Order: sequence, then C-alpha cells, then structure tokens
Amino acid sequence: MAISFTVNGKPQSVDVSPQMPLLWVLRDTLGLTGTKFGCGMALCGACTVHINGEATRSCVTQVSSVAGKKITTIEGLSTGNNHPVQQAWIEVDVPQCGYCQSGQIMQAAALLSKKPNPSDADIDEAMAGNICRCGTYQRIREAIHRAAGQRAAALPSSVTASLAPVGR
Amino acid sequence: MKLSIAKVHRRDFLKCGAAGATGLVVGFCLPQRASAELAPVAASAFAPNAWIRIAPDDTITLVIDKSEMGQGVVTSLSMLLAEELECDWKKIRTEFAPADKAYFNPIFGLQGTGGSMSIRASWKPLSQAGASAREMLIEAAAQNWGVDKSTCRAESGAVINTKTNARANYGSLAAAAAKIPPPKDVPLKDPHNCKLVGKPTKRLDTPIKTNGRAQFGIDVRVPGLLHAVVARCTVFGGKVATFDAAKAKTLPGVKQVVQIPSGIAVVADNTWNAMEGRRALDIKWDEGANANLNSAAISKLFADRAEQPGVEARKEGDVASALSSAAKKVEAVYEVPYLAHATMEPMNCTAHVRPDGVDVWVPTQFQTTTEMSAAKISGLKPEQIHVHTTYLGTGFGRRAEQDFVLEALETSKAVGAPVQVTWSREDDMHHDFYRPASYCRFTAGLGEDGMPVAWTNRIACPSIFSRFFGPESLKTKGLDNSSVEGAADIPYSIPNILVDYQLTEPGVPVGFWRSVGSSQNAFFTESFVDELAAAAGKDPFEFRRQLLQKSPRHLGVLDLVAAKAGWGAPPPAGRFRGIAVAKAFDTYVGQVAEISVDRKDGSLRVHRVVCAVDCGRVVNPATVEAQMQGGIVYGLTAALKDEITIDRGRVQQSNFNNYDMLRMNEMPHIEVHIVPSTESPTGCGEPGVPPVAPAVGNAVFAATGKRIRRLPIRGEDLA
Repeated sequence: MAISFTVNGKPQSVDVSPQMPLLWVLRDTLGLTGTKFGCGMALCGACTVHINGEATRSCVTQVSSVAGKKITTIEGLSTGNNHPVQQAWIEVDVPQCGYCQSGQIMQAAALLSKKPNPSDADIDEAMAGNICRCGTYQRIREAIHRAAGQRAAALPSSVTASLAPVGR
Repeated sequence: MKLSIAKVHRRDFLKCGAAGATGLVVGFCLPQRASAELAPVAASAFAPNAWIRIAPDDTITLVIDKSEMGQGVVTSLSMLLAEELECDWKKIRTEFAPADKAYFNPIFGLQGTGGSMSIRASWKPLSQAGASAREMLIEAAAQNWGVDKSTCRAESGAVINTKTNARANYGSLAAAAAKIPPPKDVPLKDPHNCKLVGKPTKRLDTPIKTNGRAQFGIDVRVPGLLHAVVARCTVFGGKVATFDAAKAKTLPGVKQVVQIPSGIAVVADNTWNAMEGRRALDIKWDEGANANLNSAAISKLFADRAEQPGVEARKEGDVASALSSAAKKVEAVYEVPYLAHATMEPMNCTAHVRPDGVDVWVPTQFQTTTEMSAAKISGLKPEQIHVHTTYLGTGFGRRAEQDFVLEALETSKAVGAPVQVTWSREDDMHHDFYRPASYCRFTAGLGEDGMPVAWTNRIACPSIFSRFFGPESLKTKGLDNSSVEGAADIPYSIPNILVDYQLTEPGVPVGFWRSVGSSQNAFFTESFVDELAAAAGKDPFEFRRQLLQKSPRHLGVLDLVAAKAGWGAPPPAGRFRGIAVAKAFDTYVGQVAEISVDRKDGSLRVHRVVCAVDCGRVVNPATVEAQMQGGIVYGLTAALKDEITIDRGRVQQSNFNNYDMLRMNEMPHIEVHIVPSTESPTGCGEPGVPPVAPAVGNAVFAATGKRIRRLPIRGEDLA
C-alpha cells in the first residue's frame, strides 16, 4: 500500500513496508543521500530532517507516520546553499569530514526558527543530540551565532514550527 | 570520462614502473603522452604529471592522491600544487586519484593516507610538480611568442610577456606545453613570496558538505545496486557453524543470502530490508577459543606481563644503580582500555565484480591494499580493477583495514551484481580493530635536588604491527615501535633511562587509532612526569622546562602554551590547570586544560583548552587550527567517556548510548596557537590528541590531590 507525503516540496508516493524508517526511504528509495545513517537509534542526529518544520530523527521515524506530511531534507533546505545557516557554515568553514553536517545544519535551522537569537545554553540544549566525531562544535557554535545575526531575511517556510524534543 | 582518465594514468605509470616499483620514488614520473588511443584528449590537453591536467578550455584539474577524511587534504594538497603552478585558485577543480603506483606514499611504499603524513610526504613532490608544469607552460608561451623565457612570467592561470603585456591562458598553451621536455630541479618559491601556502584558506569541500552533495561511500548509487548487511559472530575469531536462511528469504525485498568468510550476507533491494532479513536468520555459531575472554582476565594478563622484563626499547646509563642511590623513589602503574574508532560514517563498501573487471567505490585510507583485495577476490589483473575513492566520513585508522572491502567484493562476486555492504553502528562497535589496551609500570628516582636521575617504564601492550602486517614484522627485535612511541622517545634529560616492552596478546583485534601509541603513552608519561614534579615539590611547568633544555621544539610549544594559558597567574576561582607536552609524527604540541571538579557528584568539566603547535612551516593555518580542535575533542572523549570492555569474548558496548562521544554541551573553549617555523612541514591530523588526557588528569591532581592513573576518568576517581 503506497504511502504519500511531500519531500522538499515534491509529492512522493512509496510502496514500502510501513515500518521502514524514513531515513532508508529517503536514501535508498528516493535517492536523497544527503541525510545520513549514523546510529539507527536517535543517538547521534546524523539523520535529522524536518517533518512539518520540526527537527526529527528520521532513523527512528516509521514511514507510515509521515503520510500526508511535509518533509524537508538538506537537499531542500534552500536553493543554492543560501539558507542563513548554510551561509554561516560556509563563512566559518565548519565541516571537516562533513558526514554529520547535514544533521547539524537541519538541527541548527530548526533551532533558529524557534529562537532567532539563541544563547550558548540554548545552543547546548538544542545541539547536544548531534554528534560530530571530528569535533567541529566550536565552529558550529560560532556559525549558529553568525546565522542568528544574519536573520533579517525570512527563513524558507519549511522551517517555521517549533523545535521538537529529539534525541537526548 | 573519469574512467578514461584513470586508464591514462595507469598505463602511463606502468611505463615508468621501474621507478615506481621501488615504492619510494614517486615525485615525478612523467607520462608518455603520445598514445594513439588517447589522441582525442591527449593531443590538446596538458598532463605533465600525475597531479595536474590542464584542458584547452582552461579547466585545471588537480588530482588528490590522499583520502579526504576531514583533515583537509583536498584543500592543502591543492594549495601546494596551485601555489607553484600559479593557477587561479577559484577556478581549479579536484578529483580523487585512482589506485596507481604513481600515487604511492614515498614513506609507506603504497598509496594510502595515515600517520599524519600527507603534508610531510607530499609537500615537496607536489610543489615540484606545480613548479615544473608552470615552467613548461612558460616555455611554451615563450616559444610561441619567439621570445626568451626570462621575459615571461606566470600569474593566475596565464603566462604574461613582461615586455609586451601579451597574455596567454594556460588552456591555450596546453597542447604546446605537452611537447616541452619537463625541466628538472626547478627552484621552489621563497615562503615570503607564497600567495596561498601559509595563509588561512577556506576548504574547497565546504560548499558540498553543507548541502548534502558530498558523496561518501555510503552514498554511492550505481545502476542495479543491491544492498547487503552481514551477520558476523560477535565473539572474536568465532565462525558460522550452521545457518538457516529460509525465513529471511521469504521477507520482502530479500534477494539472496550467501555465506562469505566473515559470516552470512543478506542481499536485498534496500538497506532496511537487508537488515530485516538479517534479523530473521537462524545461525548457530562456533564461538572458538575466545568464548570465555573477559576484561578482568585481560587486565590480569597485562599486570602479570608487566612483572617480567621485556624487550628493550631504550636503554641509557644504568638505572639499577641510579635507583639504588636515589634520594627518593616514585612508582606508579597506569592502564588504559581498548577503544573503538566510532567513525561517524559506519563501515561500508560498494563493489561490482564482473568476469572482466572490478569497480570498487569505497571510503578507504588505503587504495593499494583495496586494489590487492579486489585482485585476490576476482583473480583479475590490477589494470582491470578500478578503485574509486569517495569522501570518508572520518577514518582515524579504521579505514586502513580491508575487512569491509573484502565483504563487498565477496558478496558481489557471489551474487553477480553491484553490492553495497553497510555496517550498522552495532556492527561497527563489535567488529572494530581497537586501540590497544595498554598497561605500564613506572619507577623513577629523584636526586637531592628533586630532579630525576632514573626513569624506568615497562609497557605491556598488544602489537598493532603484528596483527596488521603479520608476526614476522616484529622479527628483528621483537619490538613494535607503535606500542612504545611517545614512551621510548621521551624528550626529558634524564641520565638513566630504561623503557622495555612486553608483547601481550589477549586476543582482541587491534588497529591504528588516531595518534596510535602516543594516544596512551603520552597519557602515561606526561602524567608520571607530573607525579615527579609533585614529588619534588616543583611547579609542573618549570619542572618540565628544566628537563627540556636540550629539546628546543618541545620547549617552544611548552613555553607558548604556558604563556597563552596564563600559567604564572592563578586560574579563575574554582578552576584548576594541568599541562602536558608531546611529540607525535614529528609535530610538537603543548596543551593546558582548565577544569573544575564537583567532588560531591563526581563530575568534571573541562572549560578551556589552550594548545600550542609546532608543525614546521604551515600550509593552511585554518586547517591546523581545526585539526587541533578536532584532536582535542577526540582525546577528551577517550579521557572522559569511553572504554571497550569484553565479556564472554564479545564487546559489551554497542552504540552511542553506551559508548558516547563528547557533545556540544560538554565542549570546552579551545584556543590554538601556532609556533612560527621554517622547518619542513609536518602533519596535524593526529598530534592534537595525545596531550589532552594527561593535561586533564594533571588538572584533576591540581584540583583534588588525586592522581588519575587510568582512563576514562571515573566519578570515583574525583571524590
């Protein structure tokens, strides 16, 4: 039985097991490999996407639960890397290996949609569920502050709802 | 296009195989460019060496022969090439090299990335490659204009006639330059004239790492791709006795179930269905000889071994007589656990084994051994094998191994289709090649003045070299240098030193782990030196200073880090400092950790880490800073959080819930200071790791008076 939802503004319909995590539907069925597999247990945040605007771990989200919902992945966060968070990431030169950064960016974008000027404590709370094994945390923090300073322009509509409680 | 380029290189370099075969010559093997088959490309393009290709449309492609695992080689190696080539930095493109002798690491003797060696090994050959290509382009322009070469100069991707101001873009000169004989021994630029090298430079791969476009191994998608996961025995050395795949084969999407040497591979139409299929397997295991192995027995084995004299790694003077006449003796035992790499991207490999060729798409640190694996499984020749290196979601030494590569090759061969093998995090945690557990016993003697007169250190440690290269690699001396690096080479002026090594093999597979032996030995030695300072009643910084008068580069980073950390002034209220200095892979690092301890709840917070690094001439200061930050986070994770423990022959940890990583809310503020230097450049991927654990442990001593002699630091160690 097909399950329908929207990914990055495009309607999608997939005929897969309803228990299949959204992560694998995105990566293997739809070919959107920007969202990463890290732990499969919502412990690392590499798989973070927005579901109706809320940062969510796609590795523990059954695809049946997203029927009718709007999903945004890193590929759809902006066109031309121009989301303020992506711009700040580029200016601060955050990534090292880059593997966790899709999840970090999606988490940070969701944070800023709720708290346009987050404190360091806000950043700690929102980002503690996202592991970076390269240890880019200091630059991530700097980039989030920088993105906050640049938030005169409106964010894309996908990032409007509140931050979901995710991970730890 | 990419494949044809790979073929160009392979054939061209086979022609100079005599040079390449030594494994040590690389720099400059110049391809023959006149092959008829390649005429459409070769006639107009300029490929003066293995790393540079200039097309008539001015496209400049730099070939990156090291694996990008976060350490910034795509950028730093490009900087070296572009600096001398005088091309427009904004217009270059890069691609990863195929497996080929031309790209052998001159120190390893094979194509691979590790040992913080990329800059150390490549800076000269790549600088020379760029300079030689530039001179050929200038010569081509001079001939074209009918002027002397000395009146021409290169700038930003063009040759300029300084008399007439005429300008010829490199692309327009490509065909002519291809006919110029390559000059030898072109002088390299004076560092003061460098436009890129030495300047903080943004990474070339940042844009594609912020929009999901960077392709990691796990992201490879090829037509007809099948996905596989493998069920392996969780006991080290265990094997499949019998298995029943009947139920697994009935599940949706499961295509085939095949036995391979490491276990049972379930092949499906997507990763999730393969995982579900694996869950449905019924396997009886033969757990083998390690079925009763446990951590307590391993610890006892280390302690027992450390009672017996070992192979001498360093011997100076007469420690026995110096100890017998010492005014004070200090003894201590230190221990660290096995550790997992926990690369952010779990192990994976994609392979397509066909009767006439093999493609392997893989996040690997070692292209040559990958090619050898493919040749072994397929029975084909190296020229029929194509290794496509992707971005690596970190490596840390784990991706120097071949286990995950072999699984993909074996499974693809068995099912006759392209197959991607993906490991779960649990697979990754249970089947790693771990940082060795290690145990050491120190005895030191202090003279009347409080300064050390004797230092003995017996290290019991498994051998990475024996496991990786075979036991014969230890034949000459019975010594694995990687087990004693950072311990045998302590820089302190002590008249009597004995460091010996007890090879101890409990049966847990070990491997190269970011900073290798220094990851534990710097903790041991820099903590014990601190113990000696305390026993002598001296300041730990001043004590080290006094012992480092003959080690100027150690002293340089020690002085710089102390000054930047404000060592002479008291720390903020409630905070305590510890200091450590270590050399790893010829890079010198000093660190000061500033911590606070809550002795009631047994918690520790690292607030600030100040780091001084001397890596010789710096290629990209922005990368040096990032690698020091990253190394400190990696070392702190080991110091504060993790251990791999064994019960019934199995690793007890499985995922980030019981093997956690340092997270944003625990992140200290890190300040990195670089020592100006004219020495040859050395690497920074690993040397940031070793000093941080002892710096934190020494700060704990300052806070509590209790010495940290094992890692990770536990709440009870702080009470």
